[in-house]
Amino acid sequence: MSLDKTMVQRVSQLARIEMEETQLETTARELNNILEWIEQLNEVDTEGVEPMASVTGHELPKRDDDVTDGGYPEKVLKNAPDRESDFFAVPKVVE
Amino acid sequence: MSNILELNLADLQKAIRDKNLSAKEITEAYLQAIEQNSQSNCFISITEEKAIQMAEESDKRIEKGEALALDGIPIGVKDLFCTSGVRTTAGSNMLSNFVPQYESTVTEQLWRDGAIMLGKCNMDEFAMGSANTTSYFGSVENPWTTRTKFEKKLVPGGSSGGSAAAVSGGLAVAATGSDTGGSIRQPASFCGIVGMKPTYGRCSRWGMVAFASSLDQAGPLTRTVQDAAILLKSMAGYDPKDSTSANVSVPNFELALNGDIRGLRVGVPREYKREGTPPEIENLWQKGVDILKKAGAVISDVSLPHTKYALPTYYIIAPAEASSNLARYDGVRYGLRAEQAELQDMYQRTRDEGFGDEVKRRILIGTYVLSAGYYDAYYLKAQRVRALIKQDFDNVFENVDVLLTPTAPSEAFAIGENDDDPIKMYLNDIFTVPTSLAGLPAISIPGSLSDKGLPLGLQVVGKMFDEESVLKVGDVLESGVEFTLQEVGKQ
Repeated sequence: MSLDKTMVQRVSQLARIEMEETQLETTARELNNILEWIEQLNEVDTEGVEPMASVTGHELPKRDDDVTDGGYPEKVLKNAPDRESDFFAVPKVVE
Repeated sequence: MSNILELNLADLQKAIRDKNLSAKEITEAYLQAIEQNSQSNCFISITEEKAIQMAEESDKRIEKGEALALDGIPIGVKDLFCTSGVRTTAGSNMLSNFVPQYESTVTEQLWRDGAIMLGKCNMDEFAMGSANTTSYFGSVENPWTTRTKFEKKLVPGGSSGGSAAAVSGGLAVAATGSDTGGSIRQPASFCGIVGMKPTYGRCSRWGMVAFASSLDQAGPLTRTVQDAAILLKSMAGYDPKDSTSANVSVPNFELALNGDIRGLRVGVPREYKREGTPPEIENLWQKGVDILKKAGAVISDVSLPHTKYALPTYYIIAPAEASSNLARYDGVRYGLRAEQAELQDMYQRTRDEGFGDEVKRRILIGTYVLSAGYYDAYYLKAQRVRALIKQDFDNVFENVDVLLTPTAPSEAFAIGENDDDPIKMYLNDIFTVPTSLAGLPAISIPGSLSDKGLPLGLQVVGKMFDEESVLKVGDVLESGVEFTLQEVGKQ
């Protein structure tokens, strides 16, 4: 598997990272070097091995679905780049 | 009184108990040292007023005979622990204006015990790096540059580079760090200090800026093993606010340091003997084996067959988790926003301006390995290999109690070196990443000086939640190697 310019463009769009046309080629080369190195994992026989997502093995704790926090909009909005009353404000979206 | 900056954490505790030093005297000495060494760039923010205020509160408690365990102890905090009302940047332009309205659990516990915050330590951007050169706030100078009169500025390692350099250089007696693939242990090795990554789940991740959530773990950077034990006790503990935090009791780690390792079984993993490892690192490793053998430990050769696959596994799992975690930086709720007329443009411009090259690279890799059509081949494959790597450790820990390895494959290098090739930089973590993937506790102890006079570290790895054996063995090594940090606070 190797990444071409089109794929890099697609991935950068998925990640919402703007990329100039001129950067695509260099980025593709860099990422391909890393991916090529990663592909040595194909040597490993993982037949029948369960994928491991967590090292703890313990079940995630559950709690009652109650409100335990909140009621401080000023704190929540303190770092907002833009706000309107108690809301985060963003550029107008018209579909 | 000898130079305050040369005293380690346990010495300071004693001096405070004996009323030889006040919290304020100690704090002022450190603040002065930080000011005089600003060129080292260890701190992104210095919280001078807060430090003095906290020191005065410590002194009041000491006066009343109500001293807390860490009263009067001035520490640095890696700039990814959220500190209420104090800017927290994670070394990124994206968070260069972010002032958290809440406190991370780890720092909350340190303040609960009386510790004093000197400031927020420099780090690689979002903890992605091994040299502290990816920080938006600039590189950090390793204090060994002046100690060895090195012609070029040396890196402190990373990602907790500011924390490690500050502790080594006498700008903080201890500091917090975080370790995802080696980010506490490798800088500790480069700076000639002690760095410990506890078991995954030992310290709460609540309020830590996330990099890779299944790997991130907080830990202490200190000048001695005893200091690491003291600080870890305060940082550790179950926290319902972190669903992966382990509900296990926190032992008094200091009590484990009794020097008695007779009969303790130490494994030496043969896969860590790599071609191209400098002989001075091989020699240090052998020296470590000899010290432990002399102290009564039983040494055996063990095998961790999947070791060579740990780094490539890590470079799928960590970027995948990072791409997902860093999706939150969209310019809407906090952090940087690049003003644009259209929402989609705003997202893209914000992320383009807010993230540096290494962070973007990892987000792109992570997005790719998680994308439709590639998920099985990369991400699931890596998770399967991760299970095998963990199995390797489970197998050897049936027959040994701890493992002994070098911490890093090299000494500190010059700023700018290894920057051109990501993979070369990634190889710095070759000895630390496997234990991260398995979630195990590990410590780095300064062991000797290289031919160039730079520190080299030894790593001790333990079983899940057996930090006590790790610290105990670390303590024996520390006594045996006779390594001294020279000229602390005299740069």
